[in-house]
Amino acid sequence: MIVSLLNAMPGAVAQGLVWGLMAIGVYLTFRVLDVADLTVDGSLATGGAVCVMLIRGGVNPWLALLCAALCGAVAGFITGELHTRCGIPAILAGILTQLSLYSVNLRIMGGKANQAVGVDKYPLLLSQRFVRTLDLTNPLPLLLLFTAVLVLFLYWLCGTEWGCGFRATGANAHMARAQGIHTGRNTVIGLALSNAIVAMAGGLLAQYQGSADVNMGRGAIVIGLASVIIGESVLGKVVRNYALRLCSVSVGAVIYYIVLQVVLQLGLNTNDLKLLSAIIVALFLAVPYWRAHRAGKKGGPRHA
Amino acid sequence: MLEIRDIRKTFHAGTVNEKIALDGVSLTLETGQFVTVIGGNGAGKSTMLNAVAGTLQVDSGSIVLDGVDITHMPEYRRAKYLGRVFQDPMMGTAGDMWIEENLALAARRGKRRGFKWGIQKEEREFFRQQLATLELGLEDRLTVKTRLLSGGQRQALTLLMAALEKPKLLLLDEHTAALDPRTAAKVLALSDRIVAENHLTTMMVTHNMRDAIAHGDRLIMMDGGRIVLDISGEEKKKLTVQDLLQRFGQASGSQEANDKMLLG
Repeated sequence: MIVSLLNAMPGAVAQGLVWGLMAIGVYLTFRVLDVADLTVDGSLATGGAVCVMLIRGGVNPWLALLCAALCGAVAGFITGELHTRCGIPAILAGILTQLSLYSVNLRIMGGKANQAVGVDKYPLLLSQRFVRTLDLTNPLPLLLLFTAVLVLFLYWLCGTEWGCGFRATGANAHMARAQGIHTGRNTVIGLALSNAIVAMAGGLLAQYQGSADVNMGRGAIVIGLASVIIGESVLGKVVRNYALRLCSVSVGAVIYYIVLQVVLQLGLNTNDLKLLSAIIVALFLAVPYWRAHRAGKKGGPRHA
Repeated sequence: MLEIRDIRKTFHAGTVNEKIALDGVSLTLETGQFVTVIGGNGAGKSTMLNAVAGTLQVDSGSIVLDGVDITHMPEYRRAKYLGRVFQDPMMGTAGDMWIEENLALAARRGKRRGFKWGIQKEEREFFRQQLATLELGLEDRLTVKTRLLSGGQRQALTLLMAALEKPKLLLLDEHTAALDPRTAAKVLALSDRIVAENHLTTMMVTHNMRDAIAHGDRLIMMDGGRIVLDISGEEKKKLTVQDLLQRFGQASGSQEANDKMLLG
């Protein structure tokens, strides 16, 4: 059993890294903007669908990935406008976009629930087939590179004048407006950026597993939240630097997939996975709340 | 100069909960004037302040600041002209951001926020000097999150932030109401100093008659969404709490309101 577990490790790490990118997108909304954005369940699949269909149509996979990210940005933009311009609560706005994306994704995939993109026929950026090979076809270096570039980009962005205003929008919207920050616009930009990252992760995930599926994003928000929370509880006390905090999200996703691999090897039924994930996230969210209450502090859990 | 002309605001219009919060308020505040606004609960003082700040829109009337009509300007845009300190000490700063980050945000109030680094090196030294003037030891704690500060420290920091980029008008919204008396006195003294040093036009809403009399050079009292008393100059300097109560009784013609105001 140990051998099969070790054999499964590279795959678990690769999956963790792909979902880690997605989770960094979730971090942007959940932690920085203090909004739980459910759009991601739909935009992940949108990213996968757009990427796969474009590659099947002969488009360069890098370009296809860029288009996937742009489509994700549009989805996030719509959620943002529903929230800020139409006054719909953020959670509901996300659910509405997510639901509509299900139909959109089916359209993108030509009415099919699943579209394959084989690594033999198409020049994919990465594939799970090579996850144990020891050359540059291995997806791990590429995924590490993506993570590093994304983290550095967001570190730079959040450190700029605009980025400080963006963080203030989530930390204290009243104060932000009093300092002349257009909080509504920042929220829309944040949601668009987050969903662009999530859709890009979807595009990578589809290539990695060799297909896009209309259901591939189901529960994505939970995996994203789990990664954010696990990363924080493992590394949160140690790291203060913003870039490392973003990295810890990716680490959280990798831990999540390694643990998942272990419990699967121990004989857990795959059908029970989502139940298990939800319980884990609920517990991780509840424990800080309980702790705060036992310590006699007033008020609810601290979010951002 | 701030010119408020006949502003009106009714909450829940047309329902049983209808409440006229502002019933035709007009007020002209000369540049450099420091007005204290007093009144009981529901008198309309906070509503007037919020109308100026842009957190609520008036039903009619106009608000003009130094010739610019800000009546319908969104809150984030008119922030360019306004410095604000809130009643809730949590409200004035971003608690999860550092002291220096909060100051850097305030230093860019009303300016374009581009993609230059959010805090410049030379700014840091300036922030340190400014913080040192508060005499709270904050100058050595630039990278401490403001949520770890006490209420008084946060209000002092918010005051500093409000004046960092000189506003055309400083709005103080019962900014010492949540503090203990000693801290409140310190923050009020600091407010006086910052207003004087920067020659700020100031509007301070307060529940406390003594504070309203002791600070500023003009006092207005509100009741039922209207300004019922307006005292300035020598008269204001000689004013006592007893005078104020008496004059309020004459102006509003009711005795019980006095008790309500004293208790409120």
